Amino acid sequence: MLEIDHLTKRFGTKTAVQSATFTVEKPAMIGIIGRSGAGKSTLLRMINRLTAETEGKIVFEGEDVTALKGASKRRWQSECAMIFQQFNLVPRMDVVSNVLHGTLNRRSTFTTLFNLYPDDDISQAIGILDRLGIAEQAPKRAEALSGGQQQRVAIARALMQDPKIILADEPIASLDPMNAQVVMEALRRIHEEDGRMIVANLHTLDTARRYCDRVIGMRDGKIVFDGTPEQLTTGAARDIYGAGADFSEAATSTEIGALDRADAHAAVTA
Amino acid sequence: MADITSSGVTPQSITESYLQEIKRKRLYSGITLVVFILLMVSGFNLAASRNGGSFWGGLSNFFDYPSEVVSEAASKASELPAHFVTYFPALVETVNIAAVSTLIGALLATVLSLLATRGLARWPWAIGLVRRVLDIMRAVPDIVIALILIFILGGGPVPAMIAIAFHTTGALGKLFSEVNENADLKPVDGLKSVGATWTQQMLLGVIPQVAPNWLSYTLLRFEINIRASAILGFVGAGGLGYELKNAISWGQGRYDEAGAMFLMLFLTIVIVDQISSAMRNRLTHGDGGLHA
Repeated sequence: MLEIDHLTKRFGTKTAVQSATFTVEKPAMIGIIGRSGAGKSTLLRMINRLTAETEGKIVFEGEDVTALKGASKRRWQSECAMIFQQFNLVPRMDVVSNVLHGTLNRRSTFTTLFNLYPDDDISQAIGILDRLGIAEQAPKRAEALSGGQQQRVAIARALMQDPKIILADEPIASLDPMNAQVVMEALRRIHEEDGRMIVANLHTLDTARRYCDRVIGMRDGKIVFDGTPEQLTTGAARDIYGAGADFSEAATSTEIGALDRADAHAAVTA
Repeated sequence: MADITSSGVTPQSITESYLQEIKRKRLYSGITLVVFILLMVSGFNLAASRNGGSFWGGLSNFFDYPSEVVSEAASKASELPAHFVTYFPALVETVNIAAVSTLIGALLATVLSLLATRGLARWPWAIGLVRRVLDIMRAVPDIVIALILIFILGGGPVPAMIAIAFHTTGALGKLFSEVNENADLKPVDGLKSVGATWTQQMLLGVIPQVAPNWLSYTLLRFEINIRASAILGFVGAGGLGYELKNAISWGQGRYDEAGAMFLMLFLTIVIVDQISSAMRNRLTHGDGGLHA
């Protein structure tokens, strides 16, 4: 379904992603983990074609995505939704308009200029917001919402695109544990109910273990782990993060109750 | 889902009220658009009826003059390099007037803008006064000041320089003070807490923050001032404008010289633009530009 073939990105002399290669056969929920700067975001941005690759290619359902240009590249981007750490909504526009931005690829600039979205799209947008539990925020400005609500608006925008893949770049890194759980459960539910492929960059191990079917570990731009959550032992995690024996999974957790005081004490003094 | 609220509001009722709001908004923007088009059309017709000639009649002749200039200049293209040499001193004078007046205007604007910014001003009660002074300096056209000064001091570069510097102070003072308003006050508080004078606070706490933006506006103003100083030549302030006025008058057969001067002005603006963007990058990103 999705093939990433020796995908490489260099910024000047620095290699952000080096020869990343993996294949996804059927829609799955995939977590990419690794330290900050390991190249996770660059990899996702290359799949969406927000960032141009230096070498290698991306093939989706037999089509070479990296060769697309202009309108066909924008058509690919509409099929491959992106969710960002900082939500990347238009702050001064209302929630429904932000969700309707998911249809921009199908609409002309003229209808966008005069805000002429079809009524069907509007009711569909509000339906999606209802599915994510934030329908009553519909007429408010996006900037008036809390972080967790804004991220769900961003997910609604992604769903409005009716995408085949959803790429989530650190979707919960800016959220408190409670909202992080709501957002991750929403993504998991979208995967299970709609059968969409989800690729999420995650910065905590336990989130990847808990929600993903497959985990890819990156270190210094290279893929160093690719397997099921069960195969992701503490030793493997230490390799991915380049940590020593003092590495404690609980110390990076965002789950409520994962870290009790004894663990915290051990993690700090170790 | 952890926090689905069941407040009795159904998605249908939300959709309906949202659709109603959208319809109202569309109606308003439709009315605004119609009013805008009506105003533009009626305003244009009024302006056209007050026009000495006829807009539509004259439109077909629009390119006659430029094409005559271009064709005459092109037919004598071989003489262009000679004209460049002839008028280079005049260009230098024009650029010099612009450079000196930009420098003086920017220095005055620095002081006045700090005095006109809320939160930074040395005398908060004088903010309004300083702002009105800046308004007046912006409001008087530089050509009026130049004409008066030429009458008093006689023709030459000095009246043009004073006129442009006066206007530049007003324009940059306003832009600088808007930049100052976005400056972070924490460093200023820090310097105040060690007993620094107002000038020291501004010099060390504010100017390092705002300098890149100030420089950017100043260099833009420099470009504008090159053009302004060329125009002031038309009223006798010297430089390229004076030569241009003589060459561009109809029927003298000197359009090749006018073309050469336009090219020189254009190239000067391009060069200034290139230098200024290079300087801005250096100032904002440091020498290597690797700290992105």
